[in-house]
Amino acid sequence: MGTPIIRVRGISKHYLIGGPQQRVEHLRDAIVDLLAVPFRALARIGRPPARSEEFWALSDVSFDVERGEVLGVIGANGAGKSTLLKIISRVTAPTAGRIELRGRVGSLLEVGTGFHPDLTGRENVYLNGTILGMRKREIDRKFDEIVAFAGVEAFIDTPVKRYSSGMYVRLAFAVAAHLDTEIVLVDEVLAVGDAEFQKRCLGKMGDVARSGRTVLFVSHNMGAVQRLCTRAILLEGGRLSAEGDPRAVAGTYLRGPQRARFQAARTGAVQLLEADICDQEGRPLPSPLCTEPFVLQLRYVLPEPSPGTRIGIGILTPDGTTLFTSSPLDVLVEPPSAPGEYVARVVIPGETLLAGDFHVAVCLWNQADILDLQEPALSFTVHPGPSPLYLQGLERKGFVQVACRWEIEAAVPAGRAGTLR
Amino acid sequence: MSWVVGVEAQAEAPWVVIEPDRGHSPVDFRELWHYRDLLYFLTWRDISVRYKQTVLGFLWAILQPFLSMVVFTVFLGKLAGVPSDGVPYPVFSYLGLLPWMYFAGAVTRSGASVVGSASLLTRVYFPRVLVPLSATLSALVDFAISALVLGGLMAWYGLAPAATIVLLLPLAALTAVVATGIGMWLAALNVRYRDVQYAVPFLMQLWMFATPVVYPASLVPAAWRPLYALNPMTGVIEGYRAAVLGLPWDWTGLALSALSGLALAALGAWQFRRMERTFADVI
Repeated sequence: MGTPIIRVRGISKHYLIGGPQQRVEHLRDAIVDLLAVPFRALARIGRPPARSEEFWALSDVSFDVERGEVLGVIGANGAGKSTLLKIISRVTAPTAGRIELRGRVGSLLEVGTGFHPDLTGRENVYLNGTILGMRKREIDRKFDEIVAFAGVEAFIDTPVKRYSSGMYVRLAFAVAAHLDTEIVLVDEVLAVGDAEFQKRCLGKMGDVARSGRTVLFVSHNMGAVQRLCTRAILLEGGRLSAEGDPRAVAGTYLRGPQRARFQAARTGAVQLLEADICDQEGRPLPSPLCTEPFVLQLRYVLPEPSPGTRIGIGILTPDGTTLFTSSPLDVLVEPPSAPGEYVARVVIPGETLLAGDFHVAVCLWNQADILDLQEPALSFTVHPGPSPLYLQGLERKGFVQVACRWEIEAAVPAGRAGTLR
Repeated sequence: MSWVVGVEAQAEAPWVVIEPDRGHSPVDFRELWHYRDLLYFLTWRDISVRYKQTVLGFLWAILQPFLSMVVFTVFLGKLAGVPSDGVPYPVFSYLGLLPWMYFAGAVTRSGASVVGSASLLTRVYFPRVLVPLSATLSALVDFAISALVLGGLMAWYGLAPAATIVLLLPLAALTAVVATGIGMWLAALNVRYRDVQYAVPFLMQLWMFATPVVYPASLVPAAWRPLYALNPMTGVIEGYRAAVLGLPWDWTGLALSALSGLALAALGAWQFRRMERTFADVI
C-alpha cells in the first residue's frame, strides 16, 4: 500500500458563533485593528452584549486513506462532514491538526460554482474548469468529451441563462467530472436534478472509483455508500465514531444511539431544537405499542420572519428506506412563519406501524433550500403489546399495517363457469 | 504547497500539508504560475460581462472621463479660472482624469471583488489574490480605450506628444500595482465589515480632491509639497502630464509618491495574505 495518499491527524475546527470575532494577540494586529475598531464599536450599538458560543465542528479527527480507496463519509447533518471536505480542499483552515496530501485534490462539492449566466456554455466550461484547477490546454483536450457528456452540443454557444435547469446542471457536472486529480471529493449535494441524472452521477462516480483514483464520498444515501465505497467513516458531533466496512458503519449510523430524545445546540439559524416521542397526554413514550397512537413532538425555532418555511417528518426503516413522509401541508395546514419557537405535534395513528425498529427524520425547508435536516433525529422500537395481530403466531412481515379488505368465497370449478347460471 | 507542479508524484514527501493558520505563509509563486489561466479567464470574464446588455457597450469607458472632462472644463477651467500649467484645460484635466478614473475604478472594483465572489470562495480553493488582481487588470481595458480619446483631444488642440510618452508604461504599471495593493486591503476588510463597500466610493471622491486631477500641483504651497507627494497619485498624475506634454518633471515628488504607493501596496498585500485563510469562515 505504501504511504497513504491522505493522512489526517488530529484535525479540529472551531467556530465562534455570535461572539467577539477574535482577540488581539500581537502588536501588529492591534495596530491593524485600529482601522477596524470603529466598525466593531458600531456593530455593537443597539445589540445585547454578544455571548460567544463555541462550536467545535470537528474535534480530533484522524484517519488515513490509501491510494485507490473510495471512502464513504457518513453522519447526521452538522456532524462535520462538509467541514472536513472543506478543510481537505483548503477552502478553510483547521484550528488544529495536520493533513498530508500526496495528490492533487479536485472537488465536486457543488456543481456550477463560478458559472456566469451571461456567458455562453463554451465560455463557462473554460471559466469553471480553470476555477477547479485545470489548465486551458487540458480543457481544450477534453472539451468535446465534456460537451458530449452533458449533451448540450447544440447550445454550447448560447448564454447559460437561457439553459433549462437540467442542461445547466448537466454541463456543470460534466466539467467537474472531467477533472483528473488523484483525489476527488464528492459531496452528495450534487445529487440534485432528476432521478436519471442522479443515476448518471452515481455511474460516473463508479467510473472514477474504478479508474484507480481516490474518492471521498459524502452521502446520506446508505445504499450508494454501500455500493460504491470500499471503506467508510462515521462522524458524530464532530468526532470520528466508527471506521471500517461500509456495511457495518452504515449499520452503526442507522442504528444510532437508540435515542428517544433529540436535542441540538442553538446555531442561530432555522433549526430543530428538540424532538421526542410521547403519548397523547404528552408523557414520554420511548417504545410505543403497535396498536396505540403516539405523538412526535418537535420544538423548532424561526429566528426571523421566514415565510414559506415548511416542516416535515419521515419514518424510516432500519436500513434507511423512507416508509412515508408527512407535513402539515398534507392536511392543508400552513405552518407559521413569524419569528419564534414552535412545537409541532404529529400524531401517528395506532395500527400504522408493525413491531420493529424505526427512525424519524425531521426536515425544515423552504422552496429554495433545506434549512435543517436531521436524519435520523430519533430512533424508536415499536412493541407488539397485547395486539391480536401477534397472538398465536399470526406475525406479519414488513413494516406497516394496512387494513386490507378480504373476501373469500367458494370457487366455482372453471369448466362449469358458463353453465351455472 | 508545491503540489501544483506535480513532478514529485511518487516522492514520499507530501505534496500539500494543511495546517492551522500561522499568519506568515510565504507567497507561493509556483502555485500562482499554475493558476495563470484562471487569472486570464477571470479577467476576461469581468471584461466580457461588464457591458453585456448595455446599448452603448464600451462607449461607457469613453463617456465617463470625457463628460467629466467637459463638466470640469466648464466649471473649473472657464468659470472658476483654475490654472492649468499653460496647457489647454481640457487636455490638462483629461490627463488627470484618465489615470484617476482607472485608479478609482480599480480600487473600487477590487475592493468589492472578494465579497462578490463569496460563492466561489466558500466552495473551491484557488489562490485568493487572483480575485482582486483580475478586477484591477480588467479595469485596464477601460483605461486603454479612454486613452484613445486623449489622442483625439491632443490632435484637436494641435499638441504633439513628447518623446517621453513611453514613460507612460511604467507609470501605468505603478498605478496598477498601487491600486491592486490598496484594493486587496479594502477587499480583505470588506469581508468582515461590509461598511467598506459603502465607504470606498465616498473615500475615492475625497481622495480625488487631494490629488492634482482637476487643478495643478503648483497650486499647493511649496511647504506642503512633500506631504502632498505622499499621496501616491500625486506623483503619478503629475508624471502623466510631464510624460505626455513634455513638461518639467518633479523627480523628488514622483519618487516620494512611488515609495509611499509601493509601501501602501505591500501593506495591503500583506494584510490580504494574513486574512485570506479565514475568508471562507467569515464571508
